[in-house]
Amino acid sequence: MVVFEKPKALTDAPFHYCPGCTHGIIHRLVAEAIDELGIEGKTVGVAPVGCAVMAYNYFACDMVEAAHGRAPAIATGLKRCMPENIIFTYQGDGDLASIGMAETVHSASRNENITIIFVNNAIYGMTGGQMAPTSLPGQVTQTSPYGRDVETAGYPVKVSEMLSTLDGPEYIERVAVNSVKNVKAAKKAIKKAFQNQIEGKGFSLIEVVSTCPTNWGMTPSNALKWLEENMLPYYPLGVYKDRSAAKKEEE
Amino acid sequence: MAKVTFNADLCKGCGLCVDACPKKIIAIAKDKINAKGHSPAEITDQEKCIACAFCATMCPDCVITVEK
Repeated sequence: MVVFEKPKALTDAPFHYCPGCTHGIIHRLVAEAIDELGIEGKTVGVAPVGCAVMAYNYFACDMVEAAHGRAPAIATGLKRCMPENIIFTYQGDGDLASIGMAETVHSASRNENITIIFVNNAIYGMTGGQMAPTSLPGQVTQTSPYGRDVETAGYPVKVSEMLSTLDGPEYIERVAVNSVKNVKAAKKAIKKAFQNQIEGKGFSLIEVVSTCPTNWGMTPSNALKWLEENMLPYYPLGVYKDRSAAKKEEE
Repeated sequence: MAKVTFNADLCKGCGLCVDACPKKIIAIAKDKINAKGHSPAEITDQEKCIACAFCATMCPDCVITVEK
């Protein structure tokens, strides 16, 4: 009996990501959710700009490549034209929280019935490790060699907290992929985000706290430890908004 | 019986599976080099495997298949 194998919603193309990059884990979790819900044939993904720009090579469903940060806008159009299809976007923090902030916030406030997988690794990976909107205070990056100075560079954007203040979105959860336990929780959250869309509930965003061993300058194993010790205190895990559950409680 | 197979040519030798294994029976094969030029992970003692699939859960490159 096979206990674990590569999900069918991933193609045979080997990932181009650096050794130990958790993008691979998150791709797999999305594919597992697609497999388990049996929606591969009607799913359309929207790839971002960033390290995951070539996500269209890896998912076996139809994929569209969006301009930098515009994935939620493309997803809105796709979903409104093809309401029967399942539309997801896969975006990094430079894409979603920086140049794509407007699209993200407005699609959330409109409660578009789409699923967003938001990968937050606190750095711009593809362009070589510059400071991102999500870089931690004091974090050393290529463009903050003395550490992020909050006096001049401001504070990190906490996307899940921010979006959960809106009345629009259906479901916002932050998960991490630093341990087996957290990966399993992340899988559950991602599946729920797709399930919400199938049930027509609306906007679901899963923020996945992730690593970038190459640009953080660490071994993959130390990067997971750094994530746990530095990122999780600043980006606490949990469900930030669940409108259906809140409604049920009211009743 | 539990059986773990590594698709060695996909492995980038990141070692996350080595850390995840509760039985400590995965190691990076320092004397081998795969098609990508990395030293791949391999199982050192198949008999001790309990098919928990923790290694495969943490593997970013879908290298590992676990059977029971």
